[in-house]
Amino acid sequence: MASVDTSLQFDVEKIRADFPILKRKVNDKPLVYFDNAATSQTPQAVIDVIVDYYSRYNANIHRGVHALSQEATDAYEQARIKIQKHFNIPKPYQTLFTAGTTHGINIVASGFASILKAEDEVIVSALEHHSNIVPWQMLCEKTGAELKVIPMLENGTLDMHAFEALLSDQTKLVFVNHVSNALGTVNPIEEIIEKTHKVGGAVLVDGAQAAPHIKADVQALDVDFYVVSAHKMCGPTGVGMLYGKEEWLEKLPPYQGGGEMIDQVTFEKTTYAGLPHKFEAGTPNICGGIAFGAALDYMNGIGFDQIAAYEHELLEYATAQLKTIEGLRIYGDTLNKTAVISFNIEGIHPYDMGTILDKLGIAVRTGHHCAQPIMDFYKIPGTVRASFAFYNTKEEIDILVAGVERARNMLV
Amino acid sequence: MKSIPEIQQEIVEEFEMFDDWMQRYEYMIELGKSLPLIDEKYKTEEYIIKGCQSKVWVHADLNDDKIEFTADSDAIITKGIIAILIRSFSGQPPQEILDADTSFIDKIGLKEHLSPTRANGLVSMIKQIKLYAIAYQAQADSKS
Repeated sequence: MASVDTSLQFDVEKIRADFPILKRKVNDKPLVYFDNAATSQTPQAVIDVIVDYYSRYNANIHRGVHALSQEATDAYEQARIKIQKHFNIPKPYQTLFTAGTTHGINIVASGFASILKAEDEVIVSALEHHSNIVPWQMLCEKTGAELKVIPMLENGTLDMHAFEALLSDQTKLVFVNHVSNALGTVNPIEEIIEKTHKVGGAVLVDGAQAAPHIKADVQALDVDFYVVSAHKMCGPTGVGMLYGKEEWLEKLPPYQGGGEMIDQVTFEKTTYAGLPHKFEAGTPNICGGIAFGAALDYMNGIGFDQIAAYEHELLEYATAQLKTIEGLRIYGDTLNKTAVISFNIEGIHPYDMGTILDKLGIAVRTGHHCAQPIMDFYKIPGTVRASFAFYNTKEEIDILVAGVERARNMLV
Repeated sequence: MKSIPEIQQEIVEEFEMFDDWMQRYEYMIELGKSLPLIDEKYKTEEYIIKGCQSKVWVHADLNDDKIEFTADSDAIITKGIIAILIRSFSGQPPQEILDADTSFIDKIGLKEHLSPTRANGLVSMIKQIKLYAIAYQAQADSKS
C-alpha cells in the first residue's frame, strides 16, 4: 500500500475531516468518491454557511428595507466580490450570478441571436460537453450562421492547425472548454483567444471543469466570456458565474424578463436595469450564491497551487497503477490534463465496470459523459471516468485499482 | 408449461441460494453469457432500445399463440437481466405477459437496474415486451 507523501504542504487527513460525506459507507464499504468532475463534495464550512443563512437571515434581496433583507443582500453582494476577486474580474457588475455553467452559456448564446447574421461563422471544439454544443447549434439554426468544429487528435487534444484554417474574418464567436470534462485535457485557450481576437471574433470559455483545479485570471487570458458552476468547486448545485467583458455585457440583450432586471416599467415601454441586474431576473439562488463565496474561501484557504500539485501527484500515481492492468486503455493521453482518467478495459462495457465498482463502494462515472462526439471519435459507447479531488488519497486509488482488477476477473 | 409467476418464483429461489452480491452478479454474468442471442438481422436501428448507458435490442415472434422473445445488449450485466426477463416472459401467451409484473426483480436484489433513471434500456425493454404482447393480443382478438 502506498502512503500519503508527507512532503505535501497540506495534510490530506485533516482536509478529509472537513468533508462529512467522506465518512459514509456505500454497500457496506467505505465510500471512495471519484466522481468529482460531475460534482465535488461540500466541506462543513460551506454546509455551515447554508445552515446559517436559513437559520438567521433568510430574506429576499435588493428590495427590502428590513434588517434581514439588508443582511442577505450584503452577504450576497460580498459573495459576488469574492468571486470577482477570485477570477480577477475588473468589476463586480461583470460577475453575473447564474444557475450554473449551462445557464451562463445560454445567456450568451441567446444574446448573440440578435447579433449574428447568416454569413457569420461560429466555431466550437470537438471536445465539448453537450451543454457547450447544443445552445450554439440552436443559435445557428435561428440566425443561419454556420457552425464549424475544431477536430480532435487521437491523444485527446485539439488539432490547432485545423483551428487556424477555420478562422476567418467571418468568425464571430469561438466556444471552447478550458478543460475537457470527458478526458481532462487542458485546452490551449490562451492561443485560441489570441488567434480569434486577431480575426475580430469573441471567445467564450467553459471553465466548469477547470475551475476546481486552475485559478483562471480572466484579464490575463483576455477572454470575452468565462462560465463556471459552483458545485464543481465545493459549492452547492444550482449556482454559477458568468463573466463577460463590459462592452459585450452592455451589447447583449437581457436573457429573461422579470423582477430585478428592470429600471422603469410602464405598459408602453420598460427600460432595463444596469449590470449585473439586467441578466439577473427574478429572485436568485441567494443562499447558493453566498455558499459559492464560502466555497471559494475554503479552496483558497488551502491554495490552488497546493491543490493542483497534490492532484497531479494523484493523477500520476493512478495512471501508473491503472496501466498495470491488462487490456486497460486510457483515453486522452496528454501530459497537460487535470486529475481525470477516462478508461476502458478491452471487452468490458463501461456500464458493467461501473456497476461492479459501485458494489465495492467506488463512485465513478460511466457513459458518454455528455460528450458523444468524443465517444464517436474513439468508436466506443463510453468510458469509465475516475476524477480526483484534493481530498482523495493514494489509498483510495489502490482500492480503485483492486476494484477494477476484481471487476475485470468477473466480467472477462 | 409453467406460468409466469411460477417461473419468477423459481428465479427468486435460485437467487436466494447466494450469500452475497458477488455471487449474484457472477451468476447474472453467466446468464448473460448464455443468453440465446438475437438473430443478427434484428440487431438494427429498428429493434434497438436506446439507453444512455447501454443498448438493448429486442424482437418477438408468435408461435402457437405464444410469444418467443429474443434480445441482446452491449453490456453483460444488462444481458444477464435480459436473460432473466426472457426466461420469465418468453413462450407465454400474450394475455399472461400483459398481466405479469416485474416485482420479482426487487426480490433478487437487482432493483436498481430497473430504475427509470438508470438509463440502461431495461425499463424500455419491459415496455417493449408489453407492447409486443398488446399487439399480438389485438391480432388474436381480431381473428376470433
